[in-house]
Amino acid sequence: MSAPSPIELDEPVTDDLTALATPWVTIVWNDPVNLMSYVTFVFTQYFGYSKKKAEKLMLEVHQDGRSVVSTGSREEMERDVQAMHEYGLWATMQKADA
Amino acid sequence: MTGFSRHRKSGACVATFTAFEADLLRSLASQLIELLRNETAAPESPDPLEAMLDFSGPTLEPEDPVLARLFPTAYPGDDEAAAEFRRYTETDLRNGKASGAASVIDALEEAGLTPQPEDGMFIDIELSPEAAITWMRSFTDMRLAIATRLEIDEGDEQYWHELPEDDPRAQVHDIYEWVGYLQETLVQAAS
Repeated sequence: MSAPSPIELDEPVTDDLTALATPWVTIVWNDPVNLMSYVTFVFTQYFGYSKKKAEKLMLEVHQDGRSVVSTGSREEMERDVQAMHEYGLWATMQKADA
Repeated sequence: MTGFSRHRKSGACVATFTAFEADLLRSLASQLIELLRNETAAPESPDPLEAMLDFSGPTLEPEDPVLARLFPTAYPGDDEAAAEFRRYTETDLRNGKASGAASVIDALEEAGLTPQPEDGMFIDIELSPEAAITWMRSFTDMRLAIATRLEIDEGDEQYWHELPEDDPRAQVHDIYEWVGYLQETLVQAAS
C-alpha cells in the first residue's frame, strides 16, 4: 500500500473551462434496415425516454435522416454512441455547436 | 409462420418455430459469430510488446462492409478521435454481439433443436425481458449483415419482390424479411 502523495494542482485555464462547458451530442442516422418500432423501443429502453419523445426522435431520424438523441459531456456521449452501436443503430458524436 | 407474442401470465415473449425455422436461425447466428471472430480486428500496433500484451484494439474501420456497418465510425470528422474510440470499444462490441448470437443458439438448442432436426418438430422459445433484448439486438445484426451483402436500400422493396423466385438473392431477401417479421413481433411483445 502506498500513501497518496500531495498533488500539485494546475491553475485552471480558461480555454479548458470553455471546452468543458461545450456540450457534445449523440446523433442517430437513418438507415434502410432498422425498423421504426425497434428504434423507438431502443430510445425508451436505453435513454428512459417517454414513448412520445422516443417516437418524435425516431420520426426525425426517419424523415430528416438524423436526430440528436442525447446531449452531455464527451465521456457520456461516448457511452451513448457505444450503446447505440450495441443495439445496431448508426450513431456518431460531435460538439453541439459543430 | 408465426412470430413472437407476449405470454399473458408470465409476461415472457414466446414463439414456436418449426425445425426448419429454428435451424435457419441457428445458421444465421453461427454465420454472424464466424464473421465477428474471423476478420482479426486489424492489428495496427507496430509495437510488438503492446501487441503481445493485447492492450490495443483496432483503430481503422474494418474492411468488410458488414463489419464497417456493425462498427460505425463514431467521429466522422476526426480520424484521431475515431481511432481512439474504436481502439477502446470495438473489441467489446464484437464480443458482445458474438455472445448475443451464441445465446440465441444456446436457447434454441436448450429448447430441443438437435444437430440434424427432423421435420415435424417444433421448438418453443420463451424469453425473459433481458433475453428479448439480446434477441432483438441479434436479429438487428443479422438483418444489417444481410442488407449490407444484398445492398438493400430505402424504398427498393419492389425490386426485390420482382426478382425471379429461383434467384438466390430473392431467397436471401425472403430470409431478411422473415427476420424482420420476427423482430417486429418481438418488439411488440416486449413493449
